Amino acid sequence: MESFSLILAIVVVTALAFDFTNGFHDTANAMATTISTGALKPKIAVTMSAALNLVGAFLSVEVANTISKGLVDETGIRPEVIFAALVGAILWNLLTWLVGLPSSSSHALMGGLIGATVASAGFGAVHGDVLVTKVLLPAVAAPLVAGLASMLATRFSYGIGGKAEGEATRKGYRAGQIASAGLVSLAHGTNDAQKTMGIITLALIAGGAISPGSNPPTWVILSAGLAIALGTYIGGWRIIRTMGTGLTELEPRQGFAAQTSAATAILASSHLGFSLSTTHVVSGSVMGAGLGRKGGVVRWSTATRMAVAWVLTLPAAALVGAGAESVTDLGDWGTAVVAVFLVASSAAIWKISRREVVDHTNVVTGTEEPAGVVTTAIAAVTPPPAGTITEGLTATIASPAAAEPATPAAPPAATV
Amino acid sequence: MKIDWAAIGSVFGVSLVFTVGLVALFTLGVSGLARREKAAAQGGSAGLAVTGAYVCFAACAAAVAYGIYLIVAKP
Repeated sequence: MESFSLILAIVVVTALAFDFTNGFHDTANAMATTISTGALKPKIAVTMSAALNLVGAFLSVEVANTISKGLVDETGIRPEVIFAALVGAILWNLLTWLVGLPSSSSHALMGGLIGATVASAGFGAVHGDVLVTKVLLPAVAAPLVAGLASMLATRFSYGIGGKAEGEATRKGYRAGQIASAGLVSLAHGTNDAQKTMGIITLALIAGGAISPGSNPPTWVILSAGLAIALGTYIGGWRIIRTMGTGLTELEPRQGFAAQTSAATAILASSHLGFSLSTTHVVSGSVMGAGLGRKGGVVRWSTATRMAVAWVLTLPAAALVGAGAESVTDLGDWGTAVVAVFLVASSAAIWKISRREVVDHTNVVTGTEEPAGVVTTAIAAVTPPPAGTITEGLTATIASPAAAEPATPAAPPAATV
Repeated sequence: MKIDWAAIGSVFGVSLVFTVGLVALFTLGVSGLARREKAAAQGGSAGLAVTGAYVCFAACAAAVAYGIYLIVAKP
């Protein structure tokens, strides 16, 4: 730990910040349909997902090892390049969160890495064929595979189960949906928390703090797991809303079919060595479940916006990564400029997001209704939202704008 | 450029078969329980349907356990 330089510390902190955005960006994958069908209350759903993400982070270090051992040439990479890549990935994650679009965090990370590498070592350092087979093809295949599976499953389920409605049916699908959502969370934890572990380990190797080929140190595993769990717990409510109610309306049975299809596709792909992005899989399965029910509607305008975001993810993150890398190249002050730029833009995005707050109280209701009505209605049935207000404040810099939108909820909560 | 069509194909097939199979099993189980609910309301019993339902749920639980095993024992 003697050679733990300043730049290395910055990279580690930035990597944990990326892990955090990864967590709240991807809560939707596991829990959006569970929340929108009412199987779990929003707060309980994100808590469960966070816990399972944390557990998943400790289950294995295989994914982390594939990143830190061999995927990138360890000798040629400097901590600054990794830092620039992370800046690109974080900013893209925050931007897509602001507009409520689910996009792949892994693609953002890869895009940032590619951009920073190109700026640092030129186009020759990127393997085009690897890009196609590992990134582009899975992005197209994932929604097709999961979508088709969940569409057929939904159709089948309505076919053999009929329209049976009743206490037993409702409870049954609720339990099934919770179980399959838990499985998605667990799989997500093993995959995505480890990507950050891999990145931090790579940075430590690049900075010479640990020897090449070593496993991630325990503090790396612990902090990466905690960062992603915390991010998941904060909840990316905007994306949950898009995923849960923006694409299509789901009944519990469809939610169950969608989650089962997503869990199966993720596990099958990671087991058979053809990695699919969790985000793409879940989006596809939700759409498939929507199409599978008679009279089900998929809002193709939302789906199109999502597809555009997916296509843009890699180049956009690459562009920011490349820009950040060329600035850090100017010297230590360049790195400082990039760090300040990252913090400032993140703060700006968060500030803009406060203009229209989406949190656990209004995540399943529409945007059209005035916020006051919604929060009042929800406050009558849920525990006082006072806890969230403080969380929102502690998570970021306290600003007067943050307290404002939350206040309408306080009076009805007091009467309950 | 070498595209691993076999891997794509097997992921496709496995996901499809497992998802449809699991959801079908679970639907059978749930409709078995729904039948018991109906039978209880009419004062009868539905032993066979309930047994079938639990067999279906056990199979689903086994599938979930296998899924967790795959996560833990990643090659």
